[in-house]
Amino acid sequence: MPKESSRREFIKRSTKGAAVGGVTAVAVPAAAAESAPKPLKTAHTHQSTSICPYCAVGCSVVVHTLGDKSRNVKPAIVHIEGDPDSPINRGTLCPKGASLEEFVQSDRRLTTVQYRAPGSREWTRITWAEAMTKMARRIKDSRDQGFEATDAQGRTVNRLGNIAMIGGCTDTNEINYLLSKFRFGLGLLAYENQSRL
Amino acid sequence: MTNGWTDVSNADVVLVMGGNPAENHPVGFRFVMEAKRLRKAKIVCVDPRFTRTAAVSDLYVPIRSGTDIAFLGGLIHYALTENKYQRKYVEQHTNASFLIAEGFGFSEGHFSGWKDGKYDKTTWQYELDGQGYAKVDPTLEHPRCVFQLMKAHYSRYTPDVVANICGCTAEEFLKAAAMITIAAAEDKSGTVLYALGWTHHSFAVQLIHAAAMVQLLMGNIGMPGGGVNAQRGHANIQGSTDMGSWNNLPGYLKIPRANQGTLADYLKANTPKALRPNSLNYWGNTPKFMTSLLKAYYGPHATAANGYGYDWIPKVAEGADHSWGTFFDEMHAGKMEGLISFGMNPVANGPNTPKMIRALSKLKWMIVAENFETETAAFWRAKELAGSEYPQSMKAEDIQTEVFLLPAACFAEKDGAFVNSSRWLQWKEAAVDPPGEARRDQEIIADLFLAVRALYEKEGGKSPEPVLNMQWNFAKPHAPTLREVAREVNGVDLETGKQLNGFSELKDDGSTACGNWVYSGSWTELGNQMARRGQVDPTGLGLYPEWAWSWPANRRILYNRASADDEGKPWDGTRAPIRWNGKRWSGDTPDYKADAQPDSMAAFIMLPEGVARLFAPDLVEGPFPEHYEPAESPVDNALHPNANANPMLKTYKSDMDAFGTAKDFPFVAITYRLTEHFHYWTKHTSSSSELQSNFFVEVPEELATEKGIVSGTKVRVSSARGDLEGPALVTKRLRTLKVSGRKVYQIGLPIHWGFVGKVHGPLINKLTPSAYDPNCGTPEYKGFLVNLEKIG
Repeated sequence: MPKESSRREFIKRSTKGAAVGGVTAVAVPAAAAESAPKPLKTAHTHQSTSICPYCAVGCSVVVHTLGDKSRNVKPAIVHIEGDPDSPINRGTLCPKGASLEEFVQSDRRLTTVQYRAPGSREWTRITWAEAMTKMARRIKDSRDQGFEATDAQGRTVNRLGNIAMIGGCTDTNEINYLLSKFRFGLGLLAYENQSRL
Repeated sequence: MTNGWTDVSNADVVLVMGGNPAENHPVGFRFVMEAKRLRKAKIVCVDPRFTRTAAVSDLYVPIRSGTDIAFLGGLIHYALTENKYQRKYVEQHTNASFLIAEGFGFSEGHFSGWKDGKYDKTTWQYELDGQGYAKVDPTLEHPRCVFQLMKAHYSRYTPDVVANICGCTAEEFLKAAAMITIAAAEDKSGTVLYALGWTHHSFAVQLIHAAAMVQLLMGNIGMPGGGVNAQRGHANIQGSTDMGSWNNLPGYLKIPRANQGTLADYLKANTPKALRPNSLNYWGNTPKFMTSLLKAYYGPHATAANGYGYDWIPKVAEGADHSWGTFFDEMHAGKMEGLISFGMNPVANGPNTPKMIRALSKLKWMIVAENFETETAAFWRAKELAGSEYPQSMKAEDIQTEVFLLPAACFAEKDGAFVNSSRWLQWKEAAVDPPGEARRDQEIIADLFLAVRALYEKEGGKSPEPVLNMQWNFAKPHAPTLREVAREVNGVDLETGKQLNGFSELKDDGSTACGNWVYSGSWTELGNQMARRGQVDPTGLGLYPEWAWSWPANRRILYNRASADDEGKPWDGTRAPIRWNGKRWSGDTPDYKADAQPDSMAAFIMLPEGVARLFAPDLVEGPFPEHYEPAESPVDNALHPNANANPMLKTYKSDMDAFGTAKDFPFVAITYRLTEHFHYWTKHTSSSSELQSNFFVEVPEELATEKGIVSGTKVRVSSARGDLEGPALVTKRLRTLKVSGRKVYQIGLPIHWGFVGKVHGPLINKLTPSAYDPNCGTPEYKGFLVNLEKIG
């Protein structure tokens, strides 16, 4: 449904006396004055529960998607709102959380693998397969170059000091755990995340 | 947080200091307002800037950035001298009674043991009896007991001294002290809410220690409406902390050091011994946590004979540090080849942006997995995109770093758990697939790891064992489901194949595997506890025990055993989080053995002392917090001018690590967030970019008048690292402060812009110094020196 028309509809109905509460109110059903109110744009959506990825308050959100697999259509997000069941946010969201839909669907989202060769002035598009082959090679070469199995005193240390890994503040626990396996598989020493910044 | 957002409404006093929840955690701030509405709670806001939190507070006190320890030290002094502390709590639940070694002292800015730029901590230790237990004086009268030492240490922090250092008036301080210490009454609770305003200092850990001391003196730890509560700035920053950093394995297990050659050596060095006969000393279970982690990591390769694969975990050199500041300094020195970044943007969020850019240009290769092209991914284009702001940047042709920019899924495109600041693990569902060729992070990590492993299998190479033996036995190794990973993190009984119910079932004989012991209980045989949506609140305290799952053990209030006295009588019967019914503790998950008699053991089961630490000998710059000036300060330290900044301050010596003095840079700068933006992300979305499109510089009214600046005047802000330009916003929010007899102005700098995004602006960290806290390595983003010039 085009955004503009739904917004106009929302304003029109709001001015007819329907109460609007909370910063993320969905179009509210019109008062009985309307003989056949249009259904809400969320009336036939699939709802997934999620958590806002911004600050650490941990507001629950409901992600509304439209698209029926039987019609071979990819589901698309049509609305994200606060989850009224959450004891933390009880359906409310702040201005950033209220515009999460824009974040997911931003026209600036990366959709292809980009590569910048040494000394190059531009990005070039490469395939995942090519990127994986190249990246694995770089990691192995650096590790073979920098890995320290024993230190100067002959003690087993199995450590790698020439690759750093950073991340994790908006990765889930499970992804961070996989990163820890990756990290210790390589033997990395330099590993930090946003919690130290 | 020791407590949690929904608990804040139980408070009688809320001290907001080092944070601005009304603007930066607006939804969480509801609970502060509820406390005010329902309990008539008093809100005290102490902040360099009059924020929207300040606007709804009962009392606002302005202070100079970086003087919080002086303020909190003043509170400790006030509480002790005015008898506004909860005496019985302090006697029973803190180490106030513990005796400290002969020779402990403090003079001219240094604790005893200071020699040649280092501390010998011998005199900071407890005095032990023949059995290895700490000696105590329950009367708190012994001249070497913690209580008396604390009283002596803070005797210098009088209201006048506090006012002189902080720049508020003594009257303002005393009003705040009177209000905050309402919570000293047994039936009153006070909470402390802080955020990056406390952690962005070169004495951050001591600052939070000082807050913990205040809360212990008030008897607020373990109480509903109490605690020390970090609001935290990112959705899963708590979770990423729980999963380890350079110096930790998952679950706060310490990284092994080179002199801990075997698992037995490691366990001996890292398993604490009880320091009192009645201390449960839960970390005594370290062998179970560590062995189970090694079993999760190395599976069948981990056997008793090989110390469960302990050899394959890297060993850090004794005394070495690999924190953010250190490895970026090494990178800048050309000692690193590669960087792998999952959702981090060091060019924007690391201190000293020019040094970050230069460091990345020394790399051979860099892998960035992101939702958007960031300043870090595009660092080699800094000259092209923002040459006027980064004149020292190299031309792209001269940068040899190979860069891979991988499109990754965003939060709504993958499932998994985030841990909020209340320590609640909340499960989310994947709503849609990632756009275009973007992939889920778990698939990217798995593919890359398995590709590296395949190379080692095929070609051999340097020490392949750690790579080859890491267990990766997921049903779909290249695309593990996060449900499967979450089950591994929870832990499993390897004999029965059943999910563990919690960490009490962990074993040290290799028969259990657990990826992070503090999360054990999150996915049991009953299923995913993190996805629970129960609404009940049996205690009426807002604990919601069936909503999601809280670590550890679904406990909602840490240290809750301290909410009652030694006999088990709650300090406040109207809001006891746990109650003893003669046989068991009920209510919240007790932070205690569930069926242990109230007098059978001490309340702080996680500490070897069994009681909370007012005196903390494990911190590097002293067992008591002391006021030190930021690395760059407009004044000498009023308490000890010869020990101005933190004696253990961490800095680096590259040619890009300049520091300035007040002669050239007379103003104190602070950085902060705006409500409408999230960090460096929402400059990629339309509405946030429209709502706050432009960078600006907040300039105090009096300074603006002096310099002929009005709102909109173009100004240049410079530090020893660089300079930036923007329009001034003349404000009353930053009051002129009187510090050590002179005027001090503070400049406000919001952080959210950069050189990629829908809106552009200078990166604030261009100005910030590479000065770090010596305990945890956080940079000093608040309270550095700048100059301000009118240019338009």
